[in-house]
Amino acid sequence: MDHEQDIAAGPLRRLETMLLIRAYENQLVELQRNGAPGTCTSVGQEACAVGVVEALDVRDRIVTNHRSAGHLIARGADPGRLMAEVLGRVDGYCGGRSGSLHISARELGVVLTSTIVGGELSLAPGVALAQKMGKGEPGGIVAVFFGDGAACEGIFHEALNLAVHWQLPMLFVCENNQWQAFVHRLETMADTAIAEWARGHGLPVETVDGNDVEAVHDAAIAAVAGIRASGRPCFLELSTYRQRGHFEPDDQAYVDPAELQAWLARDPIRMQRERLLERGLIDAVGLAAMAQHTRERIETALAFAQASAWPAPDSLLEHVYA
Amino acid sequence: MTRMTRMSAEQAMHQALREEMQHDPDVLLMGEGVATKQRDLVTDFGADRVRNTPLAEAIIAGTAVGAAASGLRPVIDLLFAPFMAYAMDALVNSAGKLRYLSGGQFRFPLVAIGMTGTGWCVGAQHNHNLEAMFVHAPGLKVVMPAEPADFKGLLKAAIRDDNPVLFFADLGLLHQEGEVPDADDFIVPIGKAALRRIGSDVTLVSYAKTVAVCLEAARQLADRGISAEVIDLRSLKPLDEDAVLQSVRKTRRLVIVHEASGLCGIGAELAALAAGKAFAALRAPVVRLTGPDAPMASSWALEQAAVPQPETVTDSVLELVAYGASAPHWLGDALPGGAMATEPVLMKSY
Repeated sequence: MDHEQDIAAGPLRRLETMLLIRAYENQLVELQRNGAPGTCTSVGQEACAVGVVEALDVRDRIVTNHRSAGHLIARGADPGRLMAEVLGRVDGYCGGRSGSLHISARELGVVLTSTIVGGELSLAPGVALAQKMGKGEPGGIVAVFFGDGAACEGIFHEALNLAVHWQLPMLFVCENNQWQAFVHRLETMADTAIAEWARGHGLPVETVDGNDVEAVHDAAIAAVAGIRASGRPCFLELSTYRQRGHFEPDDQAYVDPAELQAWLARDPIRMQRERLLERGLIDAVGLAAMAQHTRERIETALAFAQASAWPAPDSLLEHVYA
Repeated sequence: MTRMTRMSAEQAMHQALREEMQHDPDVLLMGEGVATKQRDLVTDFGADRVRNTPLAEAIIAGTAVGAAASGLRPVIDLLFAPFMAYAMDALVNSAGKLRYLSGGQFRFPLVAIGMTGTGWCVGAQHNHNLEAMFVHAPGLKVVMPAEPADFKGLLKAAIRDDNPVLFFADLGLLHQEGEVPDADDFIVPIGKAALRRIGSDVTLVSYAKTVAVCLEAARQLADRGISAEVIDLRSLKPLDEDAVLQSVRKTRRLVIVHEASGLCGIGAELAALAAGKAFAALRAPVVRLTGPDAPMASSWALEQAAVPQPETVTDSVLELVAYGASAPHWLGDALPGGAMATEPVLMKSY
């Protein structure tokens, strides 16, 4: 799609992808209420995933973490196969061995998902090093997604230092969702700490409204172009909010209601919807059709996942070793 | 006839690295000082493939894991084995688990090298035989050679393996010399033990530096008319169970000797193996001679006091051979106290 077309279609597509991510994760929440394994949702953070992943191309690799649904869906993952994975079924991307927490989809370039906070940061430089040394397609970069919690791990600094010093083609994406499991980040760090720490390592750093998908997308496009041109890393801090708990179920009794309300008023899907209505890029009928289409996709996905078989018990020891 | 060259274990490792870097352009070496200390490799293979790293084991290991999954075959030198504690997340949680958790989407052909063991008087933060910790981690392989030829052959096998391999180099052996095959296709398969001495009265199983301790004990025992068989495990994971069982079924007595502490160690695993699969063959309790459950001291005297010595092995075997001598072996443990020639030695720590 050329640039002119994308001016109209891009924002609409980004809204639809965010809607799909939201609907998918809401479905997981409902499944958990009915006894399925719990998940770490990214509800409220969809603009970060969509804005960045849409700025990447097929050469690029994504290394992500336990809150990965948005990155996977934005990259084109089939919600049916994702849901099958969460339910532990054979048709999941990892044959049911991962569950929700460490879903990789190599065919989509989403590799080495780690649920160890900071693990994604330890692995991504090696993926980028391999790209730099001629593995994969020329010009490919690595986008690594992590949170403000991971920024508190020592490996954050080790990864940034190595990426800068070895000139690795990496986009560091900190989805600063204000929560580190059950601790508010302002209990553990200064407000501006993440960007300042990153700047200290000597790479370009930008802090962006992570709930504005177009702002995220613009920043990511610029960062990716810079990385491709220079072969050097860039850093985006996306300010956003984890609207749900750390894990399902989580009553969020520890969350300040006023803070949550303020962020809900800036919900990324709501913001994009209002923007598109204002600009006349969509109307109520269009929104309803989009919502209906999303609902149908999730229904299809759910049916697929629930029809998928359990892994055979005698497959237990497959894939321990290569 | 195989052409051999006399060299140290350290030189054998270097030769293995050089040959494998020549053999496969995807092999790269990373670590604190690998480029500083091995200039010849930088000259021949380039700075891209021989990389000094920041002093940061977690990111060295993590980078190796990421690179391995992306088509390279990294070898990382983490210097001393206790530093691997910093690298544990990448090695154990990522390299060991992400193949399985991803349903086989990735493989991790990488080697992590760490030195350990007594002999340099460096104390517990540089000398800690923690190999069993990694044996307990799924998805990893663990080797620890005793002879220069095996340092070469096992390192080459580890580099060619498609799985993550922990390569423990016993400090006390690095400068010892031995005959090493010149052939660049010389490979020691991972998972195969070596029979170092044939015997009939007792099986001594060991690995790394204490193989020599067992061989010395076997010579002392021979002088007293006792024939000891000595097995060098070489690989700790996978373990060559057949080699141990075959020997124990023949000699009917088993002594395991290692510098690492005993609790949940390799010796415990082999004792369980013998009890589970060679019970009827055993004439006497299985004995473990190991380092203590204590940090290693720096003092030479305390270092030596902490690890099994040949005399310790010899004394234990003499007790074992005498054990139950006056009664059928299958009555051994059922005999009333005092009827036994000696108390059974279940475990000694030195």
